[in-house]
Amino acid sequence: MNDILHSDLRGRIDTWLERFPAEHRRSAVLGALREVQKEYGHLTPERMDAVAEYLDLPVVQVYEVGSFYTGFEHQPVGRHTVAVCTNISCWLRGGEEMLTHIEKSLGIRAGESTRDGRIYLKCEEECLAGCCGAPMMQVDHVYHENLTPEKADKVLRALS
Amino acid sequence: MIENHNQMCFATLERPEPWSLKAYESVGGYRVWKKILAKRPPRRDLIEQIKSSGLRGRGGAGFPTGVKWGFMPDCDESYLVCNADESEPGTCKDRDILRFNPHALIEGMAIACYAIGAGTGYAYLREEFGDEPYRRFRGALREAYGNGMLGSDIQGSGITVYLHDTLGAGAYICGEETALLESLEGKKGFPRFKPPFPANYGLWGRPTTVNNVETLALVPGILREEPGWQVGTEKSRGTRCFSVSGHVSRPGNHELPLGIPFADLLELCGGVWKDRELKAVIPGGASVPVLPAKTMMGLDMDFESLAEAGSMLGSGAVIVMDETTDMVRMLQRISRFYFQESCGQCTPCREGTGWLYRVLTRIVEGRGEEQDLEILEKVPGRIEGHTICALGDAAAWPVQGMLRHFRDEFEHYIRYGKSPVSPA
Ligand SMILES: Cc1cc2nc3c(=O)[nH]c(=O)nc-3n(C[C@H](O)[C@H](O)[C@H](O)COP(=O)(O)O)c2cc1C
Ligand code: SF4
Ligand code: FES
Repeated sequence: MNDILHSDLRGRIDTWLERFPAEHRRSAVLGALREVQKEYGHLTPERMDAVAEYLDLPVVQVYEVGSFYTGFEHQPVGRHTVAVCTNISCWLRGGEEMLTHIEKSLGIRAGESTRDGRIYLKCEEECLAGCCGAPMMQVDHVYHENLTPEKADKVLRALS
Repeated sequence: MIENHNQMCFATLERPEPWSLKAYESVGGYRVWKKILAKRPPRRDLIEQIKSSGLRGRGGAGFPTGVKWGFMPDCDESYLVCNADESEPGTCKDRDILRFNPHALIEGMAIACYAIGAGTGYAYLREEFGDEPYRRFRGALREAYGNGMLGSDIQGSGITVYLHDTLGAGAYICGEETALLESLEGKKGFPRFKPPFPANYGLWGRPTTVNNVETLALVPGILREEPGWQVGTEKSRGTRCFSVSGHVSRPGNHELPLGIPFADLLELCGGVWKDRELKAVIPGGASVPVLPAKTMMGLDMDFESLAEAGSMLGSGAVIVMDETTDMVRMLQRISRFYFQESCGQCTPCREGTGWLYRVLTRIVEGRGEEQDLEILEKVPGRIEGHTICALGDAAAWPVQGMLRHFRDEFEHYIRYGKSPVSPA
């Protein structure tokens, strides 16, 4: 556990524990998994085991959270996560065409990462609450709204 | 010129750094909370004030907030939870409250905690808000703690209120209040059977009130008796944040008196884009029934008028469609969403949403058959009312609305394998 959850990471997990009464360590599972993913890019059984041990929970309680929420990745993905909204308000203003354009620009399909490991184009099902700026995308949760193909390309090119 | 624009939740919008404590105080912020700290009024008095203000929940169902607060028993451990999971397609107002006026939410949460007798409140933000909205809210929380507005025995008042921020991890269903509570407990977001309701059995089994961001952010202004609130209709009092999206010239969030004519709202957003005709509007987020242009142009935007017209005010998301919109494809997109997001606990929802999506896909791909219309008519009725949570209803209503008003487009698709609408 100590290899995976080094002291800095444990400190970050502790900030989630602090939010909840001491007897409800389980509440910190989402936060802990988010921190681990932030550190390593994706979750693995070993990493989830370490979280379970640290929070003093049966591993299955951590696994089920890891697999339920779409924010958790279980395979290596690109460094930057790009999510293009195609839900209804965006759909009405060209969200699907925008996704197709970005897939072409990056040479990958939604759900894949670029070969250089730079970009992960997430399969996004949800509306991202940027509907009045449709079409829109998020890059690492930063909003880019009122997209045009040129604007999208520029944002993506600038990612390191 | 529309009067009474952005006066409550968006009151700081025109100030420099609208999210700062300074901006919030300049519009009267924290006055109510400070008065409560100084005078410690009976908590039931506050509940009565909220009841008589006519405030109804802004999360979708429109339940009277004061009544909800009144369900909370006197006990030594109870909680307030702010639902900041904003994920009903078309809705993006809570995000702007978090970004531009987080202190209104914090003061509203503090007041609500006091009124329901809770010592702790959690704001649950969807993970996708993890950058700017979260940072703004968190920054404001720090400011509030730093200025002695929160904590234990605040300013020697004997009142203790702790507020915390938390984040989800990506799941539409966690907007449903009991799924949200499960998620806060560190579990997967499976909605709970009701009853018991959260006021009896909520977070960690304790009495809990769940309110939407906008609902809570309205509370301080209401108790300050802002003139901005003295608007609306008899049963739909006050203001509402409308997220107007889709085929309008200038999409945007606008906080306006309830009961304003839809035509005025449309005009405020520059009318239908590209000089096209209005075809239809989904007036309250993806889950409510669509209404045709003719109905909408004569309709006022309040709870009762929309219900009478056969739809709902829902989350305040007003999705505008022009004459080029292919309604069958639109419905297919909506159905795909509910199919994907169903948590799978109830058979009618899990299977029914799949059925709807597959049938609609078949129709869109030109493989529809006469009997498909029958399926589209029957399946929603088998889902609606037969599930643990309202996602089932949310998946059923759009289908019923589309068939009620645009049945001919479905028939055309089935007969000719394509839409009767010429694409833009
Ligand atoms: C599937 C589903 C999704 C929901 N999503 C949200 C949401 O994103 N935000 C929200 O405030 N309420 C949402 N609700 C409504 C909540 O369950 C709850 O009624 C609301 O948060 C109560 O707050 P209010 O009384 O202030 O409106 C959703 C309900 C369902 C059934
Ligand atoms: S109605 Fe659907 S989303 Fe709600 S609990 Fe049942 S299966 Fe899950
Ligand atoms: S529909 Fe795309 S952000 Fe809401």
